[in-house]
Amino acid sequence: MRYENPTTIENAVDLLARSDGPAYVLAGGTDLLVRMKGDDFDAELVVDIKSIAGMDQIVETAEGFTIGAAVPCAALGEHGALVAAWPGVVEAANLIGSTQVQSRCTISGNLCNASPAADSVPAMVAANARARIVGPGGARMIDVADVPTAPGKTSLARDEIIEAISLPKPDARSGDAYLRFTPRTEMDIAVVGAAVNLTLDDEGIVQTARVVLGAVAPSVVVVDAAAAALVGNKLNDATLKAVEAACTAASNPIDDKRGTVEFRNQVAGVLGRRAAEIAYGRAGGTQ
Amino acid sequence: MTFDPSYKEQALKSVGTRVLRPDGVDKVTGRARYGADFNMPGQLVARVLRSPHAHARIIRLDTSQAEALKGVKAVVTAADLPDLTDGDTALFAILDNSMARSKAKYDGHAVAAVAAINASVARAAMKLIEVEYEVLPHVVDVDAAVAPDAPLLDDTIFTTGVDPAPTKPSNVANRSEFGHGDVDAGFAKSDVIIERTYKTEQTHQGYIEPHACVANCNADGTADLWVCTQGHFVYRQVCADLLGLDVSKLRVTSSEIGGGFGGKTHVWAEPVALALSRKAGRPVKLVMTREEVFRASGPTSATSIDVKLGATMDGTITSALATLRYTSGPYADAWAETGAMTSFACYDLENVKAIGYEVVVNRPKVAAYRAPSAPMAAFAVESAIDELADAIDMNSVELRIKNAAQEGTRSSYGPVYGPIGIGPTLDAAKAHPHMSAPLGKNQGRGMACGFWFNFGGQTCSDLNIGADGTVTIAVGTVDVGGSRASLSLIAAEELGIPYEHVKAIVADTSSLGYNDMTDGSRGTFSSSMATISAARNAIKTLRERAAMMWEIPVEDVNWEEGFAKAAGPKHGNRAPLSIKDIAAEAGNTGGPIAGHSELVADGAGVSFGTHICDVEVDPETGSTRVIRYTVIQDAGKAVHPAYVEGQYQGGAVQGIGWALNEEYVYGEDGRLQNPGFLDYRIPVCSDLPMIDTQILEIPNPNHPYGVRGVGETSIVPPLAAVANAVSDAMNVRMTHIPVSPPRILAALNAQAKE
Repeated sequence: MRYENPTTIENAVDLLARSDGPAYVLAGGTDLLVRMKGDDFDAELVVDIKSIAGMDQIVETAEGFTIGAAVPCAALGEHGALVAAWPGVVEAANLIGSTQVQSRCTISGNLCNASPAADSVPAMVAANARARIVGPGGARMIDVADVPTAPGKTSLARDEIIEAISLPKPDARSGDAYLRFTPRTEMDIAVVGAAVNLTLDDEGIVQTARVVLGAVAPSVVVVDAAAAALVGNKLNDATLKAVEAACTAASNPIDDKRGTVEFRNQVAGVLGRRAAEIAYGRAGGTQ
Repeated sequence: MTFDPSYKEQALKSVGTRVLRPDGVDKVTGRARYGADFNMPGQLVARVLRSPHAHARIIRLDTSQAEALKGVKAVVTAADLPDLTDGDTALFAILDNSMARSKAKYDGHAVAAVAAINASVARAAMKLIEVEYEVLPHVVDVDAAVAPDAPLLDDTIFTTGVDPAPTKPSNVANRSEFGHGDVDAGFAKSDVIIERTYKTEQTHQGYIEPHACVANCNADGTADLWVCTQGHFVYRQVCADLLGLDVSKLRVTSSEIGGGFGGKTHVWAEPVALALSRKAGRPVKLVMTREEVFRASGPTSATSIDVKLGATMDGTITSALATLRYTSGPYADAWAETGAMTSFACYDLENVKAIGYEVVVNRPKVAAYRAPSAPMAAFAVESAIDELADAIDMNSVELRIKNAAQEGTRSSYGPVYGPIGIGPTLDAAKAHPHMSAPLGKNQGRGMACGFWFNFGGQTCSDLNIGADGTVTIAVGTVDVGGSRASLSLIAAEELGIPYEHVKAIVADTSSLGYNDMTDGSRGTFSSSMATISAARNAIKTLRERAAMMWEIPVEDVNWEEGFAKAAGPKHGNRAPLSIKDIAAEAGNTGGPIAGHSELVADGAGVSFGTHICDVEVDPETGSTRVIRYTVIQDAGKAVHPAYVEGQYQGGAVQGIGWALNEEYVYGEDGRLQNPGFLDYRIPVCSDLPMIDTQILEIPNPNHPYGVRGVGETSIVPPLAAVANAVSDAMNVRMTHIPVSPPRILAALNAQAKE
């Protein structure tokens, strides 16, 4: 196995393009290094992107935030403007693993690992995050939602790298939230995850909403019915009931070692409702 | 000198203090040498190939391609570990478990092993071993395994302990029964009967350090084994028996131990490492991965238990009956028997019966886990006691106090108790502020009692006095919980010297006589007895040497607080001689001064504890948090109170994990789904409150200081205490451990439908 530590993204892409065996991009390594210990892991090349200039930066512009692919999740929580703008995305990133893991892991890596249970992905999708992808032909922007295609699979070509994740500047009266269910308080993986991002008018009526579930299907589930239940309404009991029912209905999980279908469907509804309440409060709404 | 172990009340200076442990700094700075930290020149790396099937006949095993790979120095199969067990079925089970013979009996069962120059060659070699399996029907569930149409694991197993003996083989290896009185008559006298069936899932001890060893077989028939173990003398015996070595030619050195909790009392892959070294002619290091630890070592039994309790309205339990089915993995063992013995040990019962069934299944060979078999039995019985208290509208503490065993009670498993601590722990629980603290919304409180036998056993120790008067004690019980500190306190107490002047080591198997392993909460109990005996022997020599120095009769020399003192006025006003004074002259008075002891530490006092647990349950998700937890347990005498508290806390935490989330999850194919700490959920720090402890000291009459073992009892009550608390919080009886969120939510949904 060859380890490379390029200093430009072009060089990194070139290395991947020219490799003829299994090749992996290394950011925080909190998934890759664990996989490397397995007997079935085989790699010809590992490309560490942490030495590429700018990869470890969070840049705030008039349009929003650009989060480099090597920014550890802990740094998100230390960025005051980002926390103020996207508390749900940040709380999702800061639920991954433990304090130690968060000092290494990245939201780009969480996205590319393509686990259905990834914590940061539902929150990013709810926030309309986009990924800047660099390949031999240059850069392109796609929705974060379009990166994972199936468990462990992404839409990226083998010689493409995510350079950064972009989040827009939120509207004035908006809020997002992410909740997950795990039996333990940390060092655990989501059995169900739910993210909500919404905007309000001056009356506290929901104008736009995105409700996204994780860990209840092969990829994240955007629950349009839950968003539709929110839009045009304040957050009263009827709205919350409709959000819960829509999330439960959209949940399409499997029975596995982490939970049963019945459990996940029920908890998806509960978390969707609770996340909506938190996001609504953050947007300045009062129930 | 004959050693008198009986308890004598006395003022103690060192014992009972909270000194720093001697192994602490090395452990926190990473210098301590654990199993995988030993290395030898020319050492090879071993890997074990394991069955991917729960139950499969091995049709063909071809290792030729692996052997031909450059860098591979040895490949072994069952053929390299021939059966030398001579009809000893327990020993054969260890052999067959370490390397499958004709059949793989669980997912993870070893079928071959390689030793190569490095890990990547070893890994490549493993993939070149060809195994052809005939997959057989399997069974992993305890109740399914006893069904008449269950797949049969072993057609030589005919249930023992039943009359007449069965004519057909089954998965039930043994039936055992304990108790006294007439349970039917007792139920006939009762006003209320509680009858329930409970289940508990299989858990692993979860020690952080995986099994690791370095084996080195020499051409002259001698061999060395460096290994992480709870009992190096036992490992020596088992490995020598399996490999056909003379016991005295195999030297086993125990490493520091990163947790064992019973799981390192059993030999696993060590015979394989020795066989590889013997074949390769080089040292071999074998370190299990975490996945191997889960799939192929450790776990405790999964159980299914029926309990029936009858009582009169005044709270007298008139009859108690339990039927316990315990899995033992693929080999016959005595786990249900142990569970049956412990079931009702806390109570004074006129009519009691406990029946145990040993059930073989396609799961890893069951190992001891901290008070093995007792937590599951206690879960069932203490849950039923809780329900009984509700049924007769009596406070559950009062009900337990009314029926508690006491000195003179004939226990449900036979012996008559001496002075015991169940009553005092219950009285302390009743008086504890925790018991009356207010509870909030969705919160509940549970309590439970627990019992463990404790053990003494064979023990051998040396105490050597250096030329400067400082002291080394060499013991043969592995230090799993701070025993080197505790034993140093004991030596300091007897000799009358400062704790800092004593250094305790764990000696290898060639340096001391046989010692039983550190199990049964015996480490500090038995080795402290041996240390006291060795110190008293050394004191006898010290007095003789002082007598020689003074030229007076030894009868006139007393040993007081670290000094030889001439008795009475007839020898004038001689200045007392310190250990240092006497040791400095040892070369002129007969040579080095030492004390030796060899004994069987009888009379390990039985141990009881009572726990109180508060939980908060989220009724919409089943998420449960333990918000307050109190352990009250009898220690006899706490030699080092901080480590006694640590044992109470550690056992409680392991029990809480077992109660809430830990379980082996098997797929339809009989393969283990969660062989890792991500999905086998032991609690993390932030899951737990501070575990409060209260040490009671009811002296053990059979130990000079009154010491009882304290290591195991603390894991016995938590399963029931947590389940009772959850049942209280949600007003729905939880009968299946772990009470994981999906199970709690399912129970709430079922209740809502009623």
